[in-house]
Amino acid sequence: MGKTHRVLVASLAVLGSVASSCGSDAKDTAATTAATSTPAATATAASNTASATTVPTMTGTITVFAASSLTEAFTEMGAAFEKANPGAKVIFSFGGSGDLVTQIGQGAPADVFASADDSNMTKLVEAGNASGTPTVVAKNSLEIITEAGNPKGIATLADLATPDLVVVLCATTAPCGKLAALVLKTAGVTVVPKSLEDKVKGVVTKVTMGEADAGIVFATDVQAAGSKATGVAIPAEQNAVTNYSLVVTKQATNTTTASAFIASVASPAGQAILAKYGFLAP
Amino acid sequence: MSDATRSIASPPRRGRQGRPGRPGRPVGRDRLPALALVLAMIAVAFFALPLMGLLWKAPWSNAWSLLHKAGSLTALRLSIVCSLWATALSIMFGVPLAWLLARVEFRGRGIVRALCTLSMVLPPVVGGVALFFALGRRGFVGQYLDRWFDIRLPFTTAGVVVAQTFVAMPFLVLTVEAALRQFDRRFEDAARTLGASRWYVFRRVTLPAIRPALVAGAVLAWARALGEFGATITFAGNFPGTTQTMPLAVYLALESDPAQAIVLALVMIVMSFAVLIGLRDRWLGAVTTRSA
Repeated sequence: MGKTHRVLVASLAVLGSVASSCGSDAKDTAATTAATSTPAATATAASNTASATTVPTMTGTITVFAASSLTEAFTEMGAAFEKANPGAKVIFSFGGSGDLVTQIGQGAPADVFASADDSNMTKLVEAGNASGTPTVVAKNSLEIITEAGNPKGIATLADLATPDLVVVLCATTAPCGKLAALVLKTAGVTVVPKSLEDKVKGVVTKVTMGEADAGIVFATDVQAAGSKATGVAIPAEQNAVTNYSLVVTKQATNTTTASAFIASVASPAGQAILAKYGFLAP
Repeated sequence: MSDATRSIASPPRRGRQGRPGRPGRPVGRDRLPALALVLAMIAVAFFALPLMGLLWKAPWSNAWSLLHKAGSLTALRLSIVCSLWATALSIMFGVPLAWLLARVEFRGRGIVRALCTLSMVLPPVVGGVALFFALGRRGFVGQYLDRWFDIRLPFTTAGVVVAQTFVAMPFLVLTVEAALRQFDRRFEDAARTLGASRWYVFRRVTLPAIRPALVAGAVLAWARALGEFGATITFAGNFPGTTQTMPLAVYLALESDPAQAIVLALVMIVMSFAVLIGLRDRWLGAVTTRSA
């Protein structure tokens, strides 16, 4: 009995050490590389507060958790940032904003969070997982997405209520779903969707693959789909906009580079990239 | 039952102080090497700890009201119905397939086997996309299903069953195939020489012999179908009542209401646990001790 007990304790101890060493995965190698430069840089910056000439070196890897509607724009943004800061590397994890908030809450290794709406950003901030205040970098509005060439001749939101039309929307946990519900309510249209996708790209995929006739997505998603989809504009009086904001997370290991990335998105060059992909200025 | 038969067959009983131990129970239980015991304990903890994490985070005070929250029971019912359908289809098509792979020599058998078990290693989302291309409204088979028979699988409960069967059937096929290979074919040959038809031999000789493997395979397939997520959300979408199964409901609840997600997850775990334990004792346990 005593022997078994000791063995059990020993095995749990081993498990504990395994677990803790497993926790330091790829992300920590990034943290180590960052640690060699960043704290030093911050320390110098702190000691030389008087001389404003100190330029913090943007090095190391940062991980950006971004709303999936930012996929195309941020991929280009990341490449531009890496080009401007040769020592830096940006890794993206794109997903539904709500999903990303949950992951960060569970300790996912994110340095920057980019939300597609205010409510998910608020959720992150209220949970104490943000450091500093979020920066709004862009706005986006909704559009109806149809198959290339709009074969069903959809012209208005009201057309989406046609009984045999296969319509797919975002779930209300995703910003696109929350906004679509608002827009449909404003227009007084009741749509019976066939599916409630967990993220906006799910709607895009189902429409571009021809499984769904139409969906409601961000204007930028229609543009990103290129020739595979056709957008139908929603009149301004029915439409709604959402704010895209960025913040450095609480658990960020490379805050200098993370802040620099956010600054680059807000800079004129960054705004030009966002505009190119159809985002509206904040 | 086997307890009784054994004690009649072997009169010298075990020591009076000991419990009437089960036959076939290993005597030298404590002779397991210390290292193996440690590793086994780690393995047990590895499985037990995440479960304890769920129990630890569970909102016990309002678990009942969360379970009754809109959609939870609908998702549970849909999950049970779909996973049972997927299991039934897996048995119906999987047993003949296993028989083909185990018994019939033909060119390219290895390729056919690999093909039929590919969905086990394929990421489920990829499986879902592949199903789209084949059976979707614009798929190379699906377009005819749509045009000629008015059958559309995406966004329907049938689509969920198709997605689940696609990922679950290989588990049954592999298990049953292994059993068919191990089974001594002389029993079948004997039955045949006694005049039994092929179908009769299969039903009365082969099937009873592989029953433990069939049950084990069916349970594995069912469990896989019940937990199916990626192929379902990709191919069938997510809509409460038609395609939103428990894993999908848990995933979406995790974003809006984590407490509800944990309650739903626990319900799934309790259900799976009951089935695994129940079947083990009723079917697998009994049969293995008898044949041992």
